[in-house]
Amino acid sequence: MALASPAGRRRRRTAPSAVPYVFLTPGIVLFILTFLVPIGYTVWQSLRRVRVSGLGLGRGARREVFAGLSNYREILGDAEFWASMQRALTYGLILVPTMLGLALLLALILDTPRARLRRFGRLAIFLPYAVPSVIASLLWGFLYLPAVSPLHYVLRALDLPQPDLLGGGIMGAVVNIGIWGGVGFNMVVIYTALRAVPHDLYEAARLDGCSEVQIALRIKVPQVMPALIMTGVFSTIATLQVFSEPFTLRPLTNSLQSTWTPLMKIYTDAFVRNDIYTAAAASIVVACATLLVSFGFLRLVQARAFSQEDR
Amino acid sequence: MRLKFVTATAVLLAGVLATAACGNSGGTNPDEKVSLTFWTWVPNIDQVVAKWNAANPNIQVTASNQAQGDELVTKLLTAKGTGNAPDLVQAEYQALPTLVSNDALADISAYASGAAGKFAPGVWNVVTLGTDAVYAIPQDVGPMMLYYRADEFDRLGLTVPKTWDDFAAVAREVRQKSPKQYLTTFSSADPGWFVGLAQQAGAKWWSISGDKWTVSVNDAASKKVADYWGGLVAEGAIDNKPMFTPEWNAQLNDGTLLAWPSAVWAPGVLAGNAGDTAGKWKMAPLPQWNAGESKTGSWGGSSTAVTADSKHAEAATKFAIWLNTSDDATAGLVTQGGIYPAASSAQSGPALASAPAFFSNQPDFYPLAKQIAATASGFTFGPDVNVTYSTYKDAFAGAISNKTPFAAALDAMQTATLQDMQQSGFNVTG
Repeated sequence: MALASPAGRRRRRTAPSAVPYVFLTPGIVLFILTFLVPIGYTVWQSLRRVRVSGLGLGRGARREVFAGLSNYREILGDAEFWASMQRALTYGLILVPTMLGLALLLALILDTPRARLRRFGRLAIFLPYAVPSVIASLLWGFLYLPAVSPLHYVLRALDLPQPDLLGGGIMGAVVNIGIWGGVGFNMVVIYTALRAVPHDLYEAARLDGCSEVQIALRIKVPQVMPALIMTGVFSTIATLQVFSEPFTLRPLTNSLQSTWTPLMKIYTDAFVRNDIYTAAAASIVVACATLLVSFGFLRLVQARAFSQEDR
Repeated sequence: MRLKFVTATAVLLAGVLATAACGNSGGTNPDEKVSLTFWTWVPNIDQVVAKWNAANPNIQVTASNQAQGDELVTKLLTAKGTGNAPDLVQAEYQALPTLVSNDALADISAYASGAAGKFAPGVWNVVTLGTDAVYAIPQDVGPMMLYYRADEFDRLGLTVPKTWDDFAAVAREVRQKSPKQYLTTFSSADPGWFVGLAQQAGAKWWSISGDKWTVSVNDAASKKVADYWGGLVAEGAIDNKPMFTPEWNAQLNDGTLLAWPSAVWAPGVLAGNAGDTAGKWKMAPLPQWNAGESKTGSWGGSSTAVTADSKHAEAATKFAIWLNTSDDATAGLVTQGGIYPAASSAQSGPALASAPAFFSNQPDFYPLAKQIAATASGFTFGPDVNVTYSTYKDAFAGAISNKTPFAAALDAMQTATLQDMQQSGFNVTG
């Protein structure tokens, strides 16, 4: 958008004003059909509920009625829902800094002039991202279960204490899968940003007597700040939407409830309890919370972000 | 131009209406060709359906595997009313009230009342929900029995428990004699298993009187069962990990778990999950609450239902009755689909003459199974079993990890079930 306007001004108006809209139509239509309509439908569903009469067994014993805001009242008053939100936030507070820290560290290591096997390293670190999260969770699930895990096998053979990873350590177990799958992608984003940094900056720094560590901390990290912020926002959004890892692990353990994360609660409401109305209301609440958290995060780092972009 | 368009539309519309009218009037014509769709998950059922199609050129059935169990319920409820619903659907017994309550099933009593005599009264009662209507034809049942490792029982000098007190004693004996092994495990992931055990003790979770539901998930019988298992878990006499996990498979296979209170379909599961132990297991009646009794509950079992959307309910019912009562079809379901038939005559049919291959060491497997099946108690399921079952998983998993009493988990199930029904507007008391 920002790039298009000066060009338009220069060319003056040579075409009728409807033309841009004609070109925009496919985009607008798709936006309406695949974005606004489903959201509108969800809002509509969230305002309705089912009303049963008597035994609820005969024909027409079940009607859909207008429910006002009662579904929202129910979800906002549901302790389980808040507990699931809290778990998701805890998950995010552990996951996002650890994952981005690791990704940054690995990107910096790969970017040092002395790094060997750079291509292989990049691929090896990126590869877990290519494993679908359901498969990853199944793989890790096997590694967590004492009776089938090679880790426990070794610990048993050495007579060492065996941690109950799917018991008390469940949060760590889920976070671990997220980190394993997410580091690679974020590393590549940060690494790409690093490669775009002009090399004369490093030369100047070296001439001024900077060590590699100082270059990393004083030049590279500030230079890739926009990339870090972007990956941070995306990871934060993904945090509130964590679903497939705990959902896949759930049948293996007693420590994951069907409402462990907000999306798991929505899934359970919609497809296990057949109550799509409450699920719709909860979806809206989660969407708003995600917006709030990501905008909050952006605001927090706004000054940094814009000072970098104006450069 | 515009006028032409209107005329064309009108002509087209008239044509469509005329065709629709034809379709309706032809519904009663026995010579009309009818094609039915059937959503089911029974393996190889298309081979059984092919037999029907060959013999009934006017009623052609197409079976398709859309999903299993609860997922199929969700799928049917979503497809209902959109014109995409099938004519026939496989439904587990506990799902019937949910489907009926959502107006997804047709009342086929007009065509199916003659089939009642083919089934044990307890089984038939489940598909009528205790009313005058008939909502499905029973297909398979899952009477519960005890499976145990005969070789390990011999090695450790254990006797097969006849009562639950014996069972508890054997569980402690196992821990004493061989600390790496457990008699069995309590699973928080399988509400259908627990409800079967509760049925044996006489639990009645839902009942209908007049136009009122009564919910009593935490009745005395269920609490007795919950306290019993909770006690065993608390003292460490049995394991507390869920069933049907890779770990559970490994433990069945390597002999860490010595027994499994399960249903008649267990041989198929054991053969698939613990293949190394073929010929080492034996089956006995479930332990009893009082010595000398012979009672059991059911875990699983399903039926063939006709959907409310079907335009050919009569033809569909005809097929459903054939599928689940005729010798030809039930033999196919047993040998190719691996089910244990609900129809009484099929339970002693030639297809069940010899024991399952995995239990070749127990030639009287099916005669014994038939005896046990006759002792299964009936059970009425409610219209929100999904809520009860989902609460079971969360509440019992919580009770195990937080080491709280199992009876409180039952109370949580009662509260959740009752609240859900009250909120929906059912006429219900707790």
